[in-house]
Amino acid sequence: MGVVSPLGIGLAETLASLRSARDCVSDIDSFDTSKCRSKRAGQVPFPKLSGKGRQPHPASLMMMKAVREVVDHDPHFQPELMVIGTTSGGMSFGEQFYRSQVLQKRDRRQAQWLSNYSPQKAVLDAMVIGGFSVPSQIIANACASGSNAVGHAFRLVRSGSYKRILCGGYDAISELVHVGFDSLQASTQDKVRPFDKNRSGLVLGEGAALLAIEDWDLAEARGANILAEIIGYGISTDNHHLTQPHPSGIGPELAMKRGIKDAGVLPEAIDYINAHGTATTFNDASEGRAIERLFGNRVPVSSTKSMMGHSLGAAGAIEAIFSVLSIQHQFLPPNINYVEPDDAWKLNVVANHSCPARVRKVISNSFGFGGTNASVVFQEAAR
Amino acid sequence: MSAYITGCGWVTPLGNRLDPVWERLMNGEKGEITMEKNLETGRLHPVMPVPVKFVEHLSKVPRLRRASPISYFSMAAGLAAMENAGVAINSETAARTAVVFAVSNGAVVYTRRFYEQIVKGGSNTVSPMLFPETVYNAPASHLAAQLGIDGPSYTLVGDASVGISALAFAEQLLDTEDIDRCVVVGAEEIDWILCEAHYAWRLSANIPQMDVFSKRPRGTILSEGAGAVVVAREGQVKLSRIHPGISFSRRSEALPALKKVYGDLLANDTPDAVVSCANGTFVDAIEHSALSMHCKTERVYAPKPSLGEAIGASSLLQVIVGWQSLQKQQMPMPSAGNESGGFSASKVLVSCLGFNQQASGLVIEL
Repeated sequence: MGVVSPLGIGLAETLASLRSARDCVSDIDSFDTSKCRSKRAGQVPFPKLSGKGRQPHPASLMMMKAVREVVDHDPHFQPELMVIGTTSGGMSFGEQFYRSQVLQKRDRRQAQWLSNYSPQKAVLDAMVIGGFSVPSQIIANACASGSNAVGHAFRLVRSGSYKRILCGGYDAISELVHVGFDSLQASTQDKVRPFDKNRSGLVLGEGAALLAIEDWDLAEARGANILAEIIGYGISTDNHHLTQPHPSGIGPELAMKRGIKDAGVLPEAIDYINAHGTATTFNDASEGRAIERLFGNRVPVSSTKSMMGHSLGAAGAIEAIFSVLSIQHQFLPPNINYVEPDDAWKLNVVANHSCPARVRKVISNSFGFGGTNASVVFQEAAR
Repeated sequence: MSAYITGCGWVTPLGNRLDPVWERLMNGEKGEITMEKNLETGRLHPVMPVPVKFVEHLSKVPRLRRASPISYFSMAAGLAAMENAGVAINSETAARTAVVFAVSNGAVVYTRRFYEQIVKGGSNTVSPMLFPETVYNAPASHLAAQLGIDGPSYTLVGDASVGISALAFAEQLLDTEDIDRCVVVGAEEIDWILCEAHYAWRLSANIPQMDVFSKRPRGTILSEGAGAVVVAREGQVKLSRIHPGISFSRRSEALPALKKVYGDLLANDTPDAVVSCANGTFVDAIEHSALSMHCKTERVYAPKPSLGEAIGASSLLQVIVGWQSLQKQQMPMPSAGNESGGFSASKVLVSCLGFNQQASGLVIEL
């Protein structure tokens, strides 16, 4: 695995932040937010780009860091395919290109912006760093993209179509997307409080995460360090509205049910739910109801977006890594900024602090615009 | 597992129905070229748009009330393909159908307009109606809603090869998901910002003409529209080999990549015809070179001078051309300097080289 997020660059920093319940949301400094309601986001602590010379997009930088970590951990892993989720590629370079048109000024950086704008560029850059060149499938299912990428890759390996796939997701913060969520009044000026009665919205995040998925027998035969097993994937489409889930929670419920059925386990077998938990009124109500119906209030639930914001196309992949870390290190990642339970449901929220726990099976949820819902089920690597 | 094409639909600058567009292609007709104006600099770009009349019948669909043109194209082509495949739209078929949507630039009209509001009016003046329609998967979401699909719906992004990737993805879904069919839709819409980007990239023409396989490529004419293909486990026209694609980071890597695609797809086989991706850019010489090595057929038809370069839609439009040629046993041949006409064919190669991601292709067999 390899990860870059506001919680840290690399698995070790990420794990430390998760355990210590760090709030990694900060003031946005890459564009003007003076006219926005929300002025904060979870930002990756990269040094600022100078803006001079040919520089990759931050999305590429994050993907390159993530793939480097995968390769460092397992130099013998040679993927046959990359399945990657994203929602906006190198959007901020597209923004700069548009601004150059408004200014009617030829800018030498135009070529750089254009060649680094497309969603495939960060994937191709990652291949160069990873030392391989393979086909790529880039999924843009809004906020479910990362989980869709992990889930689809899992299905391909399980079916025998592929033996080794590098999957994950990435997204970098951009002004357009930030203002977009702000205009929908989906973002908050307050702290991110998933599942809290007084939740008032999300903040955006960014990051990249990659998971090396391999056929169990082949991984075992070559002595690979198997971190966890993916055992199920569920996908559903909620046709209620382009941006709002059906209030009943039918979309999330179907995805989770299908994921658990695919895994061949009962809801009682799940030890931890890494929720989508954006902290918007509608998402948490829909997901909360679905979780309560399916799991009751027995299973610990947390939304790690409380610590780092919503990284959109990267979120499902980053949270897949959090799920694996929770299994590896036997702890429950926290849902921070949680003050008052919402009376609309009864959930066992992992409030404000991480805690040790016996974690064998985890379900990770991602739901997005367009009604795309995805749930991936992980279990500890013990056969 | 093999996948079969059971129905197709398209919305192109030449029309929105299968056979009438085919006839126009056979006659060597081309979509009308108009000039798209850069609203900031005033520069004019030749483009081949889809006339509004080809999608206006969808204006009453509630989900499309505020949608961008790309969603109209996608829905029109997707519904037409389902009808052509003889699939009734009801809850039973919806439960056994997946959507795979292919796109390159997405809802670029709304995206540019939304960002324009930010830049010119400030972040507090933007319309919240525009933003949701800017997400890549909005067209797929509208189509899934119209069809009543509550199962798999995926949107893939990439260069012009993305349509072939989407068909490979659909084949994978048929192999791994509990479904009977996938409706695979590729779509694109034109906006001046897209034209300006391709112009700055030296890929688009500045005169209203697209010549393919010329010695000095003068650039492509961007177009829009959608191609939709229904793929199932049984049917008459088989997608016998779909290449997963070969990535390239530099143009110098594109020729070996495309040669490898042809080598993998054809081995020592020769198709009866090739549906070319030639579009008046660097792509033409690379494709010509790769074809001359791996594929000796003289029946090479490039539909892009007639339909324009509709990037995310283009490879699916090529697939539909190949499918039609097998069904009709005829092929338009204006690009090779031959007469259009009948031929005996059972196998067609669809060739695809994108601008900046993958070389790809597939073989369709009767």
